[in-house]
Amino acid sequence: MDIALIRELKTLLGPENVLSQKEDLLLYEFDGSVEKGRPEVVVFPHGTEDVSRIVKLAAKHQVPVVGRGAGTGLSGGALARGGGVMIVFARMNRILELDLLNRRAVVQPGVVNLDITRAVEHAGLYFAPDPSSQKSCTIGGNVAENSGGPHTLAYGLTTNHVAALELVLPDGEIVRVGSHHGDAPGYDLCGLFVGSEGTLALVTEITVKLSLKAGSVMTLLAIFDVVGDASRTVVEMTAYGITPVACEMLDGWTLRAVEDFIHAGFPRDSAAVLLIEVEGLREASESQAAAIREICHANDAREVRTARDERERELLWKGRRNAFGALGRLAPSNYVLDGVIPRSKLPEALEQIHAIGKKFGFQIGNIFHAGDGNLHPIVLYDPRDTEQFKRAIAAAREIIRMCISLGGSLTGEHGVGMEKNELMLLVFSDADFDLMRRIHDAFNPDSSLNPGKIFPLSKGCGEIHVRKSGPAAASPS
Amino acid sequence: MTSAISLPIRLEQLVGSDRVVASESAVKAFAIAGRAPMAVLKPRSAEEIAEIVSFAAVEKLALLACGSRSKLELGMPPRHYDLAVDMTALRGIAHYDPGDLTVSVDAGMPLNELAKKLAAQKQFLPLAVPCSATSTAGGAIASGIDSTLRQQYGTARDFLIGAEFVDGTGKQCKSGGRVVKNVTGYDLHKLLVGSLGTLGVISRLNFRTFPLPELCGAHLAVLPTLETALNFHASLLNSGLPFSNLELFDSGFSALLSSHLKTIGEDIPESVRATGWHVFASFEGSEAVLQRITRELQKLADRAQAERSETLDLQHSHFVNEGLREAFDWLRRAAPGLSILRIALPGVKSVDLKQILDLSEPSPLRASFLLRACNVAYLAVLAANDNAQSIAILERGISALFSRVETRNGSAALLDAPPWLKERINVWGRQRPDFPLMQRVKQAFDPQNIFSPGRFVGGI
Repeated sequence: MDIALIRELKTLLGPENVLSQKEDLLLYEFDGSVEKGRPEVVVFPHGTEDVSRIVKLAAKHQVPVVGRGAGTGLSGGALARGGGVMIVFARMNRILELDLLNRRAVVQPGVVNLDITRAVEHAGLYFAPDPSSQKSCTIGGNVAENSGGPHTLAYGLTTNHVAALELVLPDGEIVRVGSHHGDAPGYDLCGLFVGSEGTLALVTEITVKLSLKAGSVMTLLAIFDVVGDASRTVVEMTAYGITPVACEMLDGWTLRAVEDFIHAGFPRDSAAVLLIEVEGLREASESQAAAIREICHANDAREVRTARDERERELLWKGRRNAFGALGRLAPSNYVLDGVIPRSKLPEALEQIHAIGKKFGFQIGNIFHAGDGNLHPIVLYDPRDTEQFKRAIAAAREIIRMCISLGGSLTGEHGVGMEKNELMLLVFSDADFDLMRRIHDAFNPDSSLNPGKIFPLSKGCGEIHVRKSGPAAASPS
Repeated sequence: MTSAISLPIRLEQLVGSDRVVASESAVKAFAIAGRAPMAVLKPRSAEEIAEIVSFAAVEKLALLACGSRSKLELGMPPRHYDLAVDMTALRGIAHYDPGDLTVSVDAGMPLNELAKKLAAQKQFLPLAVPCSATSTAGGAIASGIDSTLRQQYGTARDFLIGAEFVDGTGKQCKSGGRVVKNVTGYDLHKLLVGSLGTLGVISRLNFRTFPLPELCGAHLAVLPTLETALNFHASLLNSGLPFSNLELFDSGFSALLSSHLKTIGEDIPESVRATGWHVFASFEGSEAVLQRITRELQKLADRAQAERSETLDLQHSHFVNEGLREAFDWLRRAAPGLSILRIALPGVKSVDLKQILDLSEPSPLRASFLLRACNVAYLAVLAANDNAQSIAILERGISALFSRVETRNGSAALLDAPPWLKERINVWGRQRPDFPLMQRVKQAFDPQNIFSPGRFVGGI
């Protein structure tokens, strides 16, 4: 690393906001994915001007820059694949403005997702995108990855809840896109920047849209003895036009692990459960719940329970949200995949996942957003066993290929990052890459922001190179 | 540039003689602000579109894609206009998976035809846009015109899940996919919404569809002042009741709405004709849901001391809803020289609105006002007469309004205006700070600047 750059960063931000010792940097080598990539220096800005100056300094020294929130991402989006400067937004964590009347909040990128809801719930409002990591993930990361969650089924991804952004471009210029009202004439630049995975600009301020809490919420737990019955229930619900706000599925293997850890009330002897939520006017949610019960029973559900109160409801959701943590008790590491299939293909996809697991010698668990066809197969493995790790990666790739072959997509909410950039070739043509590259280069011509992400390294994006001189090779752990 | 004489022949060689028209009468039907293209091409496939665009890029011909041509006058007149690409031959459903609630249609698919196909499966696309008799899917997306179902279902960007299009280099590209949840690659299809064809020629659009509501209902209240109407409007927004549409309008607008409804020949609900500030709410659901909403609405209207509060019957609900859906179309025809301003505001307060809408200085202009869902307002403005002095007053009035809206962190654009006004005022208002970024996007999509040059924001 350029010693002069570290010195200049310390002068700019104060030594307490700069980490450059190897032992300090190790923590930032990982996120929630199986990838790794170590930065050469980590900095903690306190405001937009700091970010702009950091970016300018990095540009002067020709060092790449990557932004990072809480590091909970699952695709390696916030890893320093090209080494360089990592900007951690943890100390830019203030809610700058609450405009409850017009249902807007202006926040810094380091604000934790759930803290937005906590700040406005007294007014009956909330921030709709709800990743499972919402207690720790930050809104900046959500914007970069266009994160979703269980309630995406009804309310959409992060992009549907962002009105305006303040950005820092790779040359340090500060610009604002979108508007407080979210309806300015011109191209939908917010739509472009949300989900661009930090490859076009760094987001330093976000104006989010707040939603009004529903009057009546009902949470159902449908219990099945056969996995196929549960997946057919989801297909039929969609086909009959029943629109729950969330529809999550846990298979028997994962729900037993969850139950042992959380005691959420999932029956240990079942093959699968569906956690289904409906909300709206009481009259609407009751009739939807009745229709859902009917379809569950028609598909041989053993039992359909309804959470009796908020405590029971919270417990069920706690089981869902902490599921990945529960699986951590079963193996040293787990690989959470993220693929999407058309919802009608759910039974077929689950069968194929089971077969792929068998082929590669893994028990693959499934806990996922069934309602919108967003699969999260989980492969448990031991990272110390290189051969096993390679098999886990091979199984994962085959599952993602299967999703594409069923008419689905590479990622529903985790992003492409450095996990799936090579798999982009399965979806996009040369012409698609050419256009995406021109968009990339229009904002980040030197690939100084988050290099080595989204685009296949091999494909038509010569500028998007990975610096070979970085301290940690860009490879899976 | 190729001479006009040889161009039609070369185009015929490119896509076949049955796909090219260049007669004066035929191209006239594609004119914008009196300017007709040299030829009209009617491609049958995305491959043919790609050939046409590649040709135009090499020859540096300006090209404008269109569907039913119902909204060709949106934006500024293009600086150059050599070729029109008539998309109406591309009108098929490429994929429809009712079980997945997704549909993929060619850009020239008429929305009313699509609605029938979806209704057969008890589904629909919540794109309730004007000119519904002819509008195509591609036109609705490219124009970004407001849907009256926005309150409940959002704008097109919220349920457009993917697109295929030809970029300015003549390459067929895609973005998104056919699944309802997808974050693979840049969301380029979102940029196409409301881009007026300046980024690419859309060939196919993938949408999320929705279950057709069981029943629809509507309520109309009349209140004495803007302030009381806004308070009532706010009480509806905060009630937690699910409204599919919420609109507020003045007596001027209700008179125009009544005239329009009369032309269709239906009897008009009494409350539409009443003088005062109207608040229209529509809603959908089961019988029980409709009863509950109606009950609550009556209570809220009583509390707001509405002068009238009427639950419309099924026929009238549909009738008024359709009238409001078509507002853009009949407003622009209501009087020669009428202009429609579209104003988006961060919030609506009566004091702010009164100030923004004050067109009394320096000399009164006739105006009618419609506040649509999500703080978007339409203001139809008419000069007192067509003499030079009146026109100058109109120009000053509109310019002043642009400034007042910007001061309040809103934005304004002229959705429709006579050509002579467009020569004096840029319909998009002042350039926004993010305009240079929009230029970068345009350059990336359309490096030769052949798509509808000059029609969009800031002369893009």
